[in-house]
Amino acid sequence: MSVPRRWRRPPLLIANPVLRYSVYGGVLVYLVLAISSVEVNWTRIYEGLDRGLRFIEGFLVPDFTTRSRDIWLGMVESLTMTVTSTVAGILISIPVGIGAARNIAPMPVYAVCRALIAVSRSFQEIIIAILFVAMFGFGPLAGFLTLSFATIGFLSKLLAEDIEEIDESQAEAIRATGAGWWQVINYGVQPQVMPRLLGLSLYRLDINFRESAVIGIVGAGGIGATLNTSMDRYDYDTAGAILILIIVIVMLSEYGSSQLRKRVQ
Amino acid sequence: MPVSIRDGRPVWQRRTPARQWAIWAAWLALVVLTVYCWQVMNRGTIWAFVEDAPQQAADLLSRSWPPAWHYLDRLWWPLWDTVNIATLGTLLGIVFAVPVAFLAASNTSPSTAILRPLALFIIVASRSINSLIWALLLVAIIGPGLLAGIMAIALRSIGFIGKLLYEAIEEIDPAQVEAVSATGASRLQVMDYAVVPQILPAFSGISVFRWDINIRESTILGLVGAGGIGVQLESSLARLAWSEVTVIFAVILVTVIVSEWVSAKVRQAFI
Amino acid sequence: MLRVEGLTKRYKAGDHALKGVSFTVEPGQVVGLIGPSGAGKSTLIRCVNRLVDPTAGKVFLNDAEITSGAGDLRRVRRRIGMIFQEYALVERLTVMENVLSGRLGYVSFWRSFFRRFPAGDIEQAFRLLDRVGLTEHADKRADALSGGQRQRVGIARALEQNPELLLIDEPTASLDPKTSRQIMRLIVEICRESNLPAIINIHDVALAQMFVDRIIGLRAGEVVFDDVPSRLDNAALTAIYGEEDWAAMRKTAEDDAEDDAEATQARIERMAGLV
Repeated sequence: MSVPRRWRRPPLLIANPVLRYSVYGGVLVYLVLAISSVEVNWTRIYEGLDRGLRFIEGFLVPDFTTRSRDIWLGMVESLTMTVTSTVAGILISIPVGIGAARNIAPMPVYAVCRALIAVSRSFQEIIIAILFVAMFGFGPLAGFLTLSFATIGFLSKLLAEDIEEIDESQAEAIRATGAGWWQVINYGVQPQVMPRLLGLSLYRLDINFRESAVIGIVGAGGIGATLNTSMDRYDYDTAGAILILIIVIVMLSEYGSSQLRKRVQ
Repeated sequence: MPVSIRDGRPVWQRRTPARQWAIWAAWLALVVLTVYCWQVMNRGTIWAFVEDAPQQAADLLSRSWPPAWHYLDRLWWPLWDTVNIATLGTLLGIVFAVPVAFLAASNTSPSTAILRPLALFIIVASRSINSLIWALLLVAIIGPGLLAGIMAIALRSIGFIGKLLYEAIEEIDPAQVEAVSATGASRLQVMDYAVVPQILPAFSGISVFRWDINIRESTILGLVGAGGIGVQLESSLARLAWSEVTVIFAVILVTVIVSEWVSAKVRQAFI
Repeated sequence: MLRVEGLTKRYKAGDHALKGVSFTVEPGQVVGLIGPSGAGKSTLIRCVNRLVDPTAGKVFLNDAEITSGAGDLRRVRRRIGMIFQEYALVERLTVMENVLSGRLGYVSFWRSFFRRFPAGDIEQAFRLLDRVGLTEHADKRADALSGGQRQRVGIARALEQNPELLLIDEPTASLDPKTSRQIMRLIVEICRESNLPAIINIHDVALAQMFVDRIIGLRAGEVVFDDVPSRLDNAALTAIYGEEDWAAMRKTAEDDAEDDAEATQARIERMAGLV
């Protein structure tokens, strides 16, 4: 019996060789064009290296004391903003999420809720923050509104998807007992989505804290404003201290929420 | 015991009294915390500004409309830059994230005493800091421009891709790894034949997902000088040219929708 | 020929998995290794190709010791083919890549990375796929195959190594009774053809008795039975597994065997009718 002595692995994605090589060629051309459109000012980078070193020094030997008052105020704003916006966001997300679930909401309600989610998700938090600052003035209230709005887009979408994926037979069994709409939600839907909703809420708490450190750059309060000021002043020791605080708080809250999730689920 | 005896009859309750009290106390604590935070947060709020917010909003809307469509001509080049920041930044992020993920995964890490904690720290540090903050730092160090934006996106992507990828590596089927090792394959060959095929779908999904997020992020990096369409946004905002801002928002919206569509298509293809 | 001398394995957690196991397997001999779960069957075969490092004892393959210290692991493993429980194919690679992965111990990393295997290896892989009846599936992904087909790929992968010994871990664990027999038959035939010694780790005693030349019974890390299958009586089974009504099991096994014999008879008669 004669068998082949050569074997080539079949291509993974695109079977047609002409198409495959033109895709490869297209990607290559794009990369060349994209990279060549990046202008690099080497003298500026060379001058900046010194600052880079100072920044690393600032990170390794942070200065928590000189501007301790600013850091403290910024942190308090960030943390309070995080808590209030997460709570407000969850409270609004639950009805919006229920309304955006195709299997339990009537069509007009579904359309309105889905539109709200789409708007909230399409824009970066920073862009929302710019608008809210323009309307409500500088300060953490604008930040609170921004984060609440962003939370709605995030939580409602995931909650709606969860509700759409529930085990229908459980809800049906409750409906069969003669339960009303609210009772079906309470007995047939809520127990199925509750653990994940809790996990997502804690996850969003983490995200809101991280975002609260950024929106200050456009004037919406929080530690981001302090960080921005210290960078403007070339005060890298304070900037390093703020970054370390952010990292530590994120680590702590991630650890805390993972412990809490383990206990609840 | 949820069932207790009262007046000689069994009474069913959902929870034991102690547990019920604990739950009520937790809810109460949450409410108190929220109210307290709300008050602390609003100590500096000037409520007069808040009261005339509807007026401000109406004013803003009237100045934003009609959009200054002619401004569109000057947005194509920044848009090209924005897409490049996201794409090149994601690619650069992948280059660093892949080795970090292999060092961080408990089943592939060569040293659990030093390298694994280090890799995990890199991931946490990168994830904690938003790309806009990375951009702020990089603009101060290497100067404004695309390069700062690309590096900011890359630095933020390392943590995101690294975390999801190392979780995927930890979930691979060990039997396939054992089987390839049993043929006498070297460490690298085991990676190539047993580990990589198992994580490839997750890896491509994660990368495209992050690219999609990075498109959004790169639209605003220009606010701190890191290139892209955000630079135009910054200058229009500074001039209070809200009709131009409307055009920029419209362009961003369309870009985001297109990138989401592309990423969904590509993810489908890789499964 | 495989010689195992005083093989002992104590895990760090303190489990004493193997307590001085010794035996010799002659060329072409197929040995069934039976015993309750946790008796050390899996540890024993993994100690032979050093997926698990034994605490004490020696293993000789064709008179060369393969347990000695830091000796080249790659060289040891590539001489020993292994077939796994639930196949352990790399699901997302093609059938051909899975078979060729049997040559990984012989080729350089770059050669294997670019899938440029020597022509001889590829020729052998096609011959093996033909032998196990999967030639037309060569370029399919492994996860597109049925259970029996996957185990055939697993067999081809092990044989692609040109092994001097086959280690087989629960080859029929997730297969239906008919496919299990086909797989066992194929393994035994292949060992006969190339005079290859094999150790089959197996739960199904009846299936083992039907196919293997010799049975070793392991209990709590010690050999408690080592003889031809026909000598495995109720007393021996009790020594291996503990007290149980063995007569009932034997009865069903014999019925099965009769069914099998009848099926063979029927096939022969049908073919005779054709002539």
